[in-house]
Amino acid sequence: MAAACTGSDSSTSSAPEPGPSSASTEPAATDVAGTPIDNTEARAGGDATVFVAGRNAFGQPIDSLTREERRAFAVGNNFFNDNWVTAPASTEGRDGLGPMFNAQSCSSCHEFDGRGAPPLAADDPERGLLLRLSVIAPDGSALPDPVYGGQLQDRAINGVPVEGRIVIERTEVHGTYADGTPYTLLAPTYTIEDLGYGPLAADIAVSPRIAPAVFGVGLLEAVPDDALLALADPDDADGDGISGRVNRVLDPSGDLVIGRFGWKANVATVEQQTASAFHGDIGISSRLHPVQDCTDTQAECAAAIDGGEPELDDAKLERVTFYTRTLAVPARRDVGDPDTDAGAAVFDELGCSSCHRPEMRTGPAAIAATSNQTIRPYTDLLLHDMGPDLADERPDGEATGSEWRTAPLWGIGLIDDVNDHTRLLHDGRARNAEEAILWHGGEAADAQNRFLQLDAAARGQLLKFLDSL
Amino acid sequence: MVATLVAACGDDDDTGTAATDTAGTSASSASSASSAPTGTEPEAAGPTDDELLAVATTYADLVHAGYEAAIASATEMKTAIEAFVADPTDATLGAAKDAWLASRDDYGPTEAFRFYDGPIDNPTDGPEGQINAWPMDEAYVDYVEGDATAGIVSDTAGYPDITVDVLVEANEQGGETNISTGWHAIEFLLWGQDLSPDGPGERPLADYTTDANAERRATYLQLATQLLIDDLNSVAEQWAPDAAYRTEFLADPAVAVQRLLRGIGALSRGELAGERMAVAYETKDQEDEHSCFSDNTAADVTNNARGAEIVYLAEFPGIDGPSPSDLVAAVDPALDEALRAQLATSVELTSGFPATFETMIAAPEGDPANEALLEAIVSIEDQGDMIAEAAAALGLEITLEV
Repeated sequence: MAAACTGSDSSTSSAPEPGPSSASTEPAATDVAGTPIDNTEARAGGDATVFVAGRNAFGQPIDSLTREERRAFAVGNNFFNDNWVTAPASTEGRDGLGPMFNAQSCSSCHEFDGRGAPPLAADDPERGLLLRLSVIAPDGSALPDPVYGGQLQDRAINGVPVEGRIVIERTEVHGTYADGTPYTLLAPTYTIEDLGYGPLAADIAVSPRIAPAVFGVGLLEAVPDDALLALADPDDADGDGISGRVNRVLDPSGDLVIGRFGWKANVATVEQQTASAFHGDIGISSRLHPVQDCTDTQAECAAAIDGGEPELDDAKLERVTFYTRTLAVPARRDVGDPDTDAGAAVFDELGCSSCHRPEMRTGPAAIAATSNQTIRPYTDLLLHDMGPDLADERPDGEATGSEWRTAPLWGIGLIDDVNDHTRLLHDGRARNAEEAILWHGGEAADAQNRFLQLDAAARGQLLKFLDSL
Repeated sequence: MVATLVAACGDDDDTGTAATDTAGTSASSASSASSAPTGTEPEAAGPTDDELLAVATTYADLVHAGYEAAIASATEMKTAIEAFVADPTDATLGAAKDAWLASRDDYGPTEAFRFYDGPIDNPTDGPEGQINAWPMDEAYVDYVEGDATAGIVSDTAGYPDITVDVLVEANEQGGETNISTGWHAIEFLLWGQDLSPDGPGERPLADYTTDANAERRATYLQLATQLLIDDLNSVAEQWAPDAAYRTEFLADPAVAVQRLLRGIGALSRGELAGERMAVAYETKDQEDEHSCFSDNTAADVTNNARGAEIVYLAEFPGIDGPSPSDLVAAVDPALDEALRAQLATSVELTSGFPATFETMIAAPEGDPANEALLEAIVSIEDQGDMIAEAAAALGLEITLEV
């Protein structure tokens, strides 16, 4: 375990560099050694699967896009990747950054369409971690900080004070497997220094959020609401200790709808998620978020020149949304490998698959390749209580302060290839999949406890299986 | 097999880290004892290792020569800029602009050497973002219409001294790059904002003579120019004979050829046809063109298209050796012929544009100027797909996204 942690940490400095692009056509029914390959298992995204590993594994378009769709994908990719700049600029379609912001582009947090990581050293650039700010109202709902708003923006354009700087302290948490093997987790605490607008609310709660990988969201969006409701068991009627709930959130028109994106399933659609991130993270307004994200006390922010009303027009919002919807899912690797297959059985036996559901079926969708597909995302898209150690105490929609949406596991074995790290969970505290399992509590406490009872060989098989996803 | 290529690519690494360690890490994470074939030999009908090595070696020579040519003309630009700063007149400003335009003709083709995490754009320390970042955050650099005191040039309190360190640091503010240096920063400082629908920017000469910040602006211009040359040198050095990266690049000839094809395939499909042309075609944002200050975008496009052709044919002054085209011709002559024709068509279409890039963007659908742009996009999309086919014919797989 200690060795595993060391390996994970040092990998950030020695920067393993997988190939920039390793594509392959779909394997035949048997590989060169004659082992049968189960393509159903490998085709994690159904017809929206690509057989690509390496740096660009998360950034591929679905194969079957038409020439025009492929061009729309390219346009969306461009607005996902390119930096926004300070207004006014000659590039009128790309100005309006901030006034306060966390990032200049989508891709600076979702690098190569992948997953962010927390800063590991004090002077490390922040690569996709942000803090939500909330004050819990008497009725239990989360309100924004009256001065700083609902999110700490740790950067600003020239002339506008920065809100503050995230400081992370990490405390070691020690534990032991049943076989006597010790392990060490790192428990982060977050403080905000160099506050630009005076003190935060006295009872402020900070909720760290890591940028997740973005491929496959078009498929998850195409899973019918009914399918999620069928998986839900809010009162644990079946008595298995697992009580998945759908989150219900207000959509922009004020209707109560089922949420499925975000760490607490607090956003219903890819379009809303895209517009929210543009607004909160980059400071770019759109039809869904027309007003700049400045509070009444942030005069310089309010006075700054904007980049148009809105800064991101509907056509561009549509293209970026189309882009993320049509990012294909990378195929599973090593299906049929004895250790990996044994690990898949362990995954079931421990009860991981009660929430990380292997299979779902999409319904009709506007994009043909995402319609009526059998997909293997390893999630139920439902909320589960994950216990006090992971709780951020921020309610969101119907999610409580200790509930989280089951994170999809597809592609987790490729994060290291794409993003040069293996950090997991909502704030990237887990240095690898093993630590992520160990952090599980609440409804997952029994499964976590069963993991602790495994011997080293079975643990290794389980991790190997996860690495094949 | 996925596993083969991932393992094979595992030794892609910048100089200075332990190659064996890195390769081992990738191989072990991507393959398993039962399913990983060993080696990277293409199928029997494909080229031999010696043939691949000869092509990869010619390519490495070509890349080095390409960057050396870019450095030579960037150095001429520097001389012209120094002459302008020493004696700012319309004539010396014009000469500096001409030198920038000429230098772009040498830099543009080198963009075919991108997109495989090589020296120019590896995610760890590749300087591409510092050399050629776009869009240009002009209000971060100097005054703009509507904000007369914008930018580092105007901000005497925030930036009392303008130095190379200041520029580099400002460029990486908050851990990001792509703000304030490189070709387009120099272009902006020479031409100024492009405020007209059909012409380049018209920065007044007074910006370098009587303006209060004239001296600071001149300093910025000179430092950005020097930084560009330094960055180009840092890339070129890694391709010099016996340089560590070059040696590593050539260590596995099949992977080397896979990379050079990935470079021109991704340049064609994802970058040029997609990012640089389809985006402008679709958004119709007149300023959604990369060299908007100088209105040199059409030439930039042609230079990129030439880059793809230069690599595929291995045709560059002073370079002599077998080309990727030779490899493809040996296994699929018809495909090679079609690809060569497509590359030529793309260069022909882009160099024969009937109007300036911004006019073509703005023209309504169906207008001949707009149609010409679309025709070039389709040609370059097709050439990208054909490059992927050519790679597959050699037993190599590449992706085309950027």
